[in-house]
Amino acid sequence: MPTDSNFKRLPANAAAEVVIWVEGKPLKARAGESVAAAVLAAGLGPTRTTPVSASPRAPYCMMGVCFECLMEIDGQENTQGCMTTVAEGMQVQFQRGIRNVPEVEDNA
Amino acid sequence: MRNYDLVVIGAGPAGMAAATTAASQGLNVALIDEQRQAGGQIYRNIGTPVLSDERVLGPDYYYGRELARKFSEANVDYLSNATVWEVSDSHLCLSIDGESRRIGFTRVLIATGAQERPVPFPGWTTPGVMTCGAAQIMLKTSGLAPNGPLVIAGSGPLLLLVACQLSRAGIEIAALLDTTPKHNYRAALKHLPGALRGWRYLLKGTRLIAELRRKGVKPLNGVSQLNAVTDEDGNLTGVCFRHNGTEQTVACSSLLVHQGVVPNVQLTRSLGAEHSWDELQQCWRPTLDTFGETSVPNVYVAGDNAGIGGALVAELQGQLTATRIAMQAGQLNAEAFAHMSRALQTQIEQQLAIRPFLDQLYTPAPEFLRPADETVVCRCEEVTAGEIRNLAKTGCAGPNQAKAFCRAGMGPCQGRLCGLTVSQLMAEASDRPVPEVGYYNVRSPIKPVTLAEVAGVHPASESLQADS
Repeated sequence: MPTDSNFKRLPANAAAEVVIWVEGKPLKARAGESVAAAVLAAGLGPTRTTPVSASPRAPYCMMGVCFECLMEIDGQENTQGCMTTVAEGMQVQFQRGIRNVPEVEDNA
Repeated sequence: MRNYDLVVIGAGPAGMAAATTAASQGLNVALIDEQRQAGGQIYRNIGTPVLSDERVLGPDYYYGRELARKFSEANVDYLSNATVWEVSDSHLCLSIDGESRRIGFTRVLIATGAQERPVPFPGWTTPGVMTCGAAQIMLKTSGLAPNGPLVIAGSGPLLLLVACQLSRAGIEIAALLDTTPKHNYRAALKHLPGALRGWRYLLKGTRLIAELRRKGVKPLNGVSQLNAVTDEDGNLTGVCFRHNGTEQTVACSSLLVHQGVVPNVQLTRSLGAEHSWDELQQCWRPTLDTFGETSVPNVYVAGDNAGIGGALVAELQGQLTATRIAMQAGQLNAEAFAHMSRALQTQIEQQLAIRPFLDQLYTPAPEFLRPADETVVCRCEEVTAGEIRNLAKTGCAGPNQAKAFCRAGMGPCQGRLCGLTVSQLMAEASDRPVPEVGYYNVRSPIKPVTLAEVAGVHPASESLQADS
């Protein structure tokens, strides 16, 4: 996992620190920011690969329009990382390729 | 189901102003917004500004504080973190934290603002390429800035503003590539009289350019044929372009692009409201009466999703439409309405005087409206411009048929990032005007929802809850 961030934090007003877990590793985030921003700040590289060609993608618009930041957040797949605020202990997984429909138990 | 006189969707300048005005006229109002704080994109996070140096974003951002304060004191039911995924002319469905509910209304005002115009060019899907708007949102919500080498490429007022804001924050800009076509400057001259009436905006623009030059950022004008360059692992390493007839490459790890903003028409489209093609702004806008009512009775629009006018116009339009609604609801007599609306309309007209000049000057170069064949236009389903052109040439009727053939517009973004391009490509390839080609049919749900969320608003389940 690359850790050279393409972003840096500018001098900011005080805010609480939140720890989220991305791909199983702890990540310090600023309370109130989005999961997409926290992940970009940490320089974790592409955040998903596409269902069609497995090409790498990362957050693009940061305002809920492009859906490039889809991630699995607290077990919910296809969640918009830019529209989700970080929360203590949040579990984030990157999505690779196409999603699978979970198997449903046959009760018949 | 809870019922309101007026439900406003979107807490940007138009939505906040409309809700505040309508509540002050005695209407029972709810405002629903997707973000955790009111402000919209322009005043994003204004309740808890992040950057300690307020000079970086400048006074136009902090102006939003007063608007947000007035809204917070208004008698409005404010639902934040709420995703609206269906709207009819009498109710809407929304989800908060995965819990869905229905809300009824007599009238609804859609104030969902603008989105950045899609900027298709070869390599625009590469990680490291983002929009100028995205960079600004990161400044506002996280205090994050690109950590060099940074290239900014495109055209429009926001491009210059973001370049200025980043340079104020001490971020070095390796290159500022201006893709504004040279002939736009001459074409814009005919709108100069209007622009002079909007001299405050002109002055702001020239100040931004002067500030950039003082900081040593000299834009390269007349840049074309943008192309993101990657290494074999797919990492962004630079941007290639043409300038003065020669091909050049500048190394970068971040590339910010921008080609203006366009109305967010997702909800008005899903309602089946009439839209028209705006040739000057190169986008769709809902057809509205003088006070913002759409072709669907009781459904109104104010702000940038009515056509791009900027934050101050949005605020005034929000007040105007809310005043109209208050009159229609019987809370305001015709005389008082006429008096109030005239004053607001005069101000709106003044603020809009600059627009034809700006719209003409910053009309995107054709390569971004109708990109070269190899360019991906649908990012979700990875469909190229060439595939769309071929479909149009073989007689495909329009974007909806093309969607069935090639899946463009069928991915999670629901056409937000390819819709404009697909319509324009098909119009070009079949030699028809854009309005004749049309746009995607946008349907509910306009945001991804789970089956549980859909089931949660089913009328039967509501009556069951009421019975139990």
